[in-house]
Amino acid sequence: MTVIEIKNLTFAYDKEIILDDINLRVEEKEFLAIIGPNGGGKSTLLKLILGINPLQSGSISVLGKEPSKSLSHIGYVPQNTNVNTDFPIKVIEVVMMGHVGTKRPLFGYGKEEILCAMGALEQVGMQDYAQRKIGSLSGGQRQRVMIARALCAHPKILILDEPTSSIDISGQRSIYELLKVLNENITIIVVSHDISVILEYATSAAHINKTLSYHDISDKKHTFHTHGNEGHFCEVELLQMLGAESCDTCPSTGSGNESVSVTDPVEAIWREKK
Amino acid sequence: MIEALHFEFMQHALLAGLLVSFAAGIIGSLIVVNRMVFLAGGIAHTSYGGIGLAVFFGLPIFLGASLFAVGAALLIAALTLKTRHRMDTFIGLIWAVGMAIGVIFVDLTPGYNVDLMSYLFGSILAVSSEDLYFMAALLAVILFVVTFWYRDILAVSYDSEYAGLRGVNVKFFYTLILILSALTVVIAIKVVGLILVIAMLTIPVYIAEKLSSSLFSMMFLSGGIATLFTLAGLWMSYTYDLTSGASIIIVSALSLGLFLLLHKKN
Repeated sequence: MTVIEIKNLTFAYDKEIILDDINLRVEEKEFLAIIGPNGGGKSTLLKLILGINPLQSGSISVLGKEPSKSLSHIGYVPQNTNVNTDFPIKVIEVVMMGHVGTKRPLFGYGKEEILCAMGALEQVGMQDYAQRKIGSLSGGQRQRVMIARALCAHPKILILDEPTSSIDISGQRSIYELLKVLNENITIIVVSHDISVILEYATSAAHINKTLSYHDISDKKHTFHTHGNEGHFCEVELLQMLGAESCDTCPSTGSGNESVSVTDPVEAIWREKK
Repeated sequence: MIEALHFEFMQHALLAGLLVSFAAGIIGSLIVVNRMVFLAGGIAHTSYGGIGLAVFFGLPIFLGASLFAVGAALLIAALTLKTRHRMDTFIGLIWAVGMAIGVIFVDLTPGYNVDLMSYLFGSILAVSSEDLYFMAALLAVILFVVTFWYRDILAVSYDSEYAGLRGVNVKFFYTLILILSALTVVIAIKVVGLILVIAMLTIPVYIAEKLSSSLFSMMFLSGGIATLFTLAGLWMSYTYDLTSGASIIIVSALSLGLFLLLHKKN
């Protein structure tokens, strides 16, 4: 079943085109990694899927409806969860914000809502922190709370914007392990520019830099080998794997020909990284 | 001090101090967590334009100042919701223009020499019964709004983008907070004056923030702390014959310093 379908999407701020003729289909229980350079349009695409940015041309359908009508089925974890850490708010209160406007009591929170929020915290392993102040948690713990907040609405799709940008390597791993478990029931879309870590967990990758190119990588998992002491992939190997089918002048093939024009996006990633 | 309580003006002063401090504590909390301190400062000073207009047209001062301040709040809300990056410039502009309008209309009023100082630094010893009713009514409205819409206000204050995605009307609550701030500023003018009102909206809040684990407890704690400061300031003002508004702020600032020292030690 297709959960998100984007057709011929073009978006511009003022006159500068950010996204140019994007086509994308996300299937149920897919784990899609959206990668690409800063300013390449990743966040803009997310905001369009979430209905925060208005549609200019083309179409987006989320669970068969327009984005703003499907919001209650989307869990969203925003990019920077380290802002507002002084804010006097308990973990449980943050999680309860995730509830959609279903039947709510006249004042405060309903018993069901509290139970549901505790359940979401349990899912991410943070139930013991429910009464703690959000500012007293570490970056990784706070990210788990934000995921719990998104789970609170029992989403069919979970969208995360740079979920590990401010977390150390071991924290990043445990976030992705958590997402892997959640992926058994939920479609997951993660935006990141840390391509090496995320591609180990994703089943597909979309590279966005104004235009989009899509790679199904689920069948290539076995070709991955982790190198290095921190579990990062060898970049060349990664690109070799991704580019093998469409790029015959990949840097890893050993041709070393630097003068070829960069038309393949995967090679473009490699060039950016350099 | 006790014998002073026999005077009606002193009873009014205490009651006004209580009502305004509590309102300022609650609204100040919302202003601080939403990072609207500069906005509140702008609204406070702009409301002088309303005072000038009220004097010129012979309207009640509270009415003129309230309408003008709410107008300024709506204008600021509209501008900041649209173009956030230019917001400090707009606020600075509205701030200055509001005061200029006030000064010019007072100039234009024939045979009337308004005591500018009493609005800049407060005149808590000249609170009328009508003023008290207005203050009490506003506090009641504030209490209702923050309890009834607590979770929406919390969601908008903590993470407005997310609140919007969860179906909370962010613009409505943002504007509501600004309007309540404007009205609180107007009643606080009577107690501490429009120059000092920002201190009253922020100092107790800063202390309460360090001691609270939820927005709700922060609002009521800062209300309590603000009331304490006001009473202590009034006592100082009465005992040493000093301007009441300035005394309240000095007491607050000294207490804040003391608090920070003790807080750091622990």
